[in-house]
Amino acid sequence: MRLDPLTIITILLMAVATYATRAGGLWLASRLELSGRVEAWLDYIPGAILVSIVAPVVLASGLAEALAALAVVLVASRTGSLPVAMVTGVCAVLVLRTLA
Amino acid sequence: MTDKAAVTFTWRGALEGAKRCLPIEISGFAIGLVFGVLAGQSGLSAAETVLMSALVYSGAAQFIVLGLWAAPLPVFGIALTTLVVGLRHLLMGAALSPYFSKLGRLKAYGSVFFMADENWALMMSEFSKGKRDAAFLLGGGVAMFLSWTTSTLIGRTVGGTLRDPERWGLDFAFTAVFLALLVGMWRGRLDLLPWATAALVAVAAHTWLPGQWYILLGGLAGSLAGAVRREA
Repeated sequence: MRLDPLTIITILLMAVATYATRAGGLWLASRLELSGRVEAWLDYIPGAILVSIVAPVVLASGLAEALAALAVVLVASRTGSLPVAMVTGVCAVLVLRTLA
Repeated sequence: MTDKAAVTFTWRGALEGAKRCLPIEISGFAIGLVFGVLAGQSGLSAAETVLMSALVYSGAAQFIVLGLWAAPLPVFGIALTTLVVGLRHLLMGAALSPYFSKLGRLKAYGSVFFMADENWALMMSEFSKGKRDAAFLLGGGVAMFLSWTTSTLIGRTVGGTLRDPERWGLDFAFTAVFLALLVGMWRGRLDLLPWATAALVAVAAHTWLPGQWYILLGGLAGSLAGAVRREA
């Protein structure tokens, strides 16, 4: 059990920084007046964030990733199952990277 | 719009969250093993590794700061990097607010400690289908938390062989989950402009900016594009 004081301080600062971002958005937005425009904005956030997370991987990292993404989208729209889609993606990218 | 008054916070919702996040808990376990191994190589003890996983609980931030972990420790550089990586949470938390501002403070601000990309995304996808149990986030988050802390400890103490998640295609597991959620969230032409804007800005930011700004910038640009268009 080794705990270095400077390391602990660093980890605590990391924890404060991360929690501040997790709580901050909720805190700030719950102070906003919920007009139609603000509601529309909040409503579009989930899709926009998820698209932003996947876009560089899907569109700009290679053919294997792009094709595996296509397979995931097809399987997900057919089955609607998250586990099946995940396994499909991992297997597809494994095979396609080996081929590439 | 949706009926936001009817938000509940039940055990059933929490269990449902833990259950639906099971694929994430499993792939997260594998990623946690890798993190544990790399943390050991960066000089973190087992206790320090688990402490970081439990207090910070953010795979993205933790992996990135390992790259900065050197003696003498750049304490503020690490804290600042963590803050920047976490900025996307601001938008995620904002999206929760129509529902979570109806809950008590402890429930709302306790739950968001456990808000990760994955349980948040799953819950928003459930909510877009009309579900309204806010304990989903906490249930999924606590289950993922247990998986993450346990697996980093195991990786730190036992690991050594698991080094390269790309070799197993594991790096793609979360991409696949997010893609599948997007398929379910697609509302048709309404989403085309915001999603295309998000994709364009994210790819550009990922190409030209260091770090993780692309998630925040793409998310902001895409959601604002949707809001501005609705106004017009």
